[in-house]
Amino acid sequence: MESQTSNGGRTFSRRWMLGAGATTLLTAGLSACGSSGGSGAGGMLTAFVYGDDAAKVQVKAISRFNASAAAKKANGRIKLEKVPGSDYPAKLRTAMGSPHAPDVFFNWGGGSIKAYKDANQLVDLTGTIGSDPVLKDGFLPSVLAAGGLGGRNYGIPMRGMQPVILFYNKAVFAEHKLQPPTTFDQLLDINGKLKKARITPFALGGADIWPELMWLEYLTDRIGGPEVFDKIKNGDPSGWGDPAVLKAAETVKQLIDDGAFGKGFSSVSYVNGGAPAVFAKGKAAMHLMGSWEYSTQLGKFPDFARRNLGWCAFPKVEGGAGDIRNVVGNPTNYWSVNARTSNKDAAIAFLRDCASGAYAKDLVANGDIPTTSNAEKLLDASPNPEFAKFQYQMVRQAPAFTLSWDQAVDPDVSTPMLTEISKLFVGKSSPSRFVSALQGLK
Amino acid sequence: MSAGTATKAGRPHAAWALPGVLFFTFFAVAPMALAFYLSFTQWNGLGDPEPVGLANWRKLIDDPRLTQSLTVTVLLTLVSWAFQTVVSLLLGVWAAGRQRNRAILSAVFFVPFLLSSTAISLLFYALLDPNFGIIQQDTLGSTSGAFLAIVFVGGWQFIPFHTLIYQGGARQIPDVLYQAAAIDGAGRYRRFFSITLPQLRNTATTSSVLMIVGSLTYFETVLILTQGGPGTDTAILPYLMYEAGFKSYDFGYASAVASFLVVAATALSLVMVRLTGFGAMRSAREGM
Repeated sequence: MESQTSNGGRTFSRRWMLGAGATTLLTAGLSACGSSGGSGAGGMLTAFVYGDDAAKVQVKAISRFNASAAAKKANGRIKLEKVPGSDYPAKLRTAMGSPHAPDVFFNWGGGSIKAYKDANQLVDLTGTIGSDPVLKDGFLPSVLAAGGLGGRNYGIPMRGMQPVILFYNKAVFAEHKLQPPTTFDQLLDINGKLKKARITPFALGGADIWPELMWLEYLTDRIGGPEVFDKIKNGDPSGWGDPAVLKAAETVKQLIDDGAFGKGFSSVSYVNGGAPAVFAKGKAAMHLMGSWEYSTQLGKFPDFARRNLGWCAFPKVEGGAGDIRNVVGNPTNYWSVNARTSNKDAAIAFLRDCASGAYAKDLVANGDIPTTSNAEKLLDASPNPEFAKFQYQMVRQAPAFTLSWDQAVDPDVSTPMLTEISKLFVGKSSPSRFVSALQGLK
Repeated sequence: MSAGTATKAGRPHAAWALPGVLFFTFFAVAPMALAFYLSFTQWNGLGDPEPVGLANWRKLIDDPRLTQSLTVTVLLTLVSWAFQTVVSLLLGVWAAGRQRNRAILSAVFFVPFLLSSTAISLLFYALLDPNFGIIQQDTLGSTSGAFLAIVFVGGWQFIPFHTLIYQGGARQIPDVLYQAAAIDGAGRYRRFFSITLPQLRNTATTSSVLMIVGSLTYFETVLILTQGGPGTDTAILPYLMYEAGFKSYDFGYASAVASFLVVAATALSLVMVRLTGFGAMRSAREGM
């Protein structure tokens, strides 16, 4: 994509010409196909999903739906398009701006769909859900609400819960006679002991930046309560000036200066498996990460995941306003429906499958915790029932579930926000400059 | 290249140029014009672009990131040019010898150029991992480390190509010059500095123009290795454009950056062509 807009200096390069030519021809070819068929023609709808390992649950759901009586009745079938990699949001945006937009698509709710809502590209599902007992009673209400905007529903929950959890290495903790921390002072105490033993307290995939964000999310919540970010999320940038944000940034700076994340954390990536490996191999004792850390470890270091992976809530900060039961992370992912779909009935009939017992069972078998209201009794079938129940209770009992900041705000705010976070963590910015930079974001 | 035959057969019909002109119009001129148009609009990729006049250009001029990324781009270009030129000149001249092992080694040296930038960047990303890589330091997390890593990886990829150019250039140098120098008692270094280097002047110009203009559109390595970091310390202009377009979905502003890049690159090429006499390309063997 970049080569098409940056072709200024490369006109001489044959490789570039060939590449650009091929790309454009490909695009032209695709449009040619599209114009004859059109979106959803012949009863075939397209669904875009984030193409990771977990997508096998959606693959099964789609073949189940395509064979069902509901599909026949709505006269529609669905084709799943697995969009690979972390570029999903950019690819979705490009597709949604083109004539080949998907009919149904995966998203993170909140800020991630605001632009689509503003462009009238989303089907408002509020009425549909209200009049449909399967959808209305099928999901935990807080999770269903988190997929919406301004009190209207634009999404149906379709993946597992993803709270951010403090993971720890049981073997390292046992060896050094440590207990998982429940207060921040205990956490600092543990850090001191670990450093004496030459173990990095926390693994951190700083190269991706969003793992760094998790620290600020939890610290801000524990220090100032969930109201601080609520204000920011609702479009009031003065919320960044809350003393809790500054205190959180200062705490982060202390942790960094103290060596809590080791030295090279800004070159370590989570996505490439660097941070999980540091953690699993005992070079770092703890890891603040989304619940998917469990399946990541199970895939890469199964012995560690089964025997030595421990978990607990993020500790409370003494004197802070936030409840230790508060959770940050992603409530789940959602399917939304494109307002331009040619067969809305079929799309909605498919969404009902996400509330079904079969769908929830597939999620559980994959190690995910469904957000359906019937989930609790299925959890014994999980690959790790103990972890599954911990997570389910954690989310159920949470007085507040703060959506990850980068998903909750507009993309034009989240990009500079992540840059400022990266600057804070590498020491290019001070906590007070960090706060004033964020206040400057529109 | 077919100028000789063309002269004999008379000027070819203008229609022969048509496919090339069409191709260039559709895939270079039209997108460029579109990007220029978009730079006067606000567009998030959905719906229709809204005209906003000069707002994006004003924002570009006021954006502290522009100055910073220009500085990074210029520094990166200069350091990469120096690194790649020195290494590929020496390698190219060495490889211009006729022994069999040199031919084999030259072929091996050329391999990195055949790999995709993405594959190369991912490979070096793994090698630079502070916990499990070959250099167990915070290379990509420090400003100088990240910068040098980009220079090195770029060099690793493109030095083979420039070595090939220098090898070709060095093989063109007539043997009589060296024979005459040997009779005059010139040593190895004297021959290199007094014959090889001056004779490679045009080759060096060609290679440098390719390097410098190419480095303005250098992108994948930065995207994969550093994502413009630490902070914004390696955010070169193309990365700034990518971030504005495909992360913030501010396509109007991204188009302004892109248009600026086109203007800057064109101006730079013209200046270089003028300064180096690349356009005239006088023969290095005048008077021989």
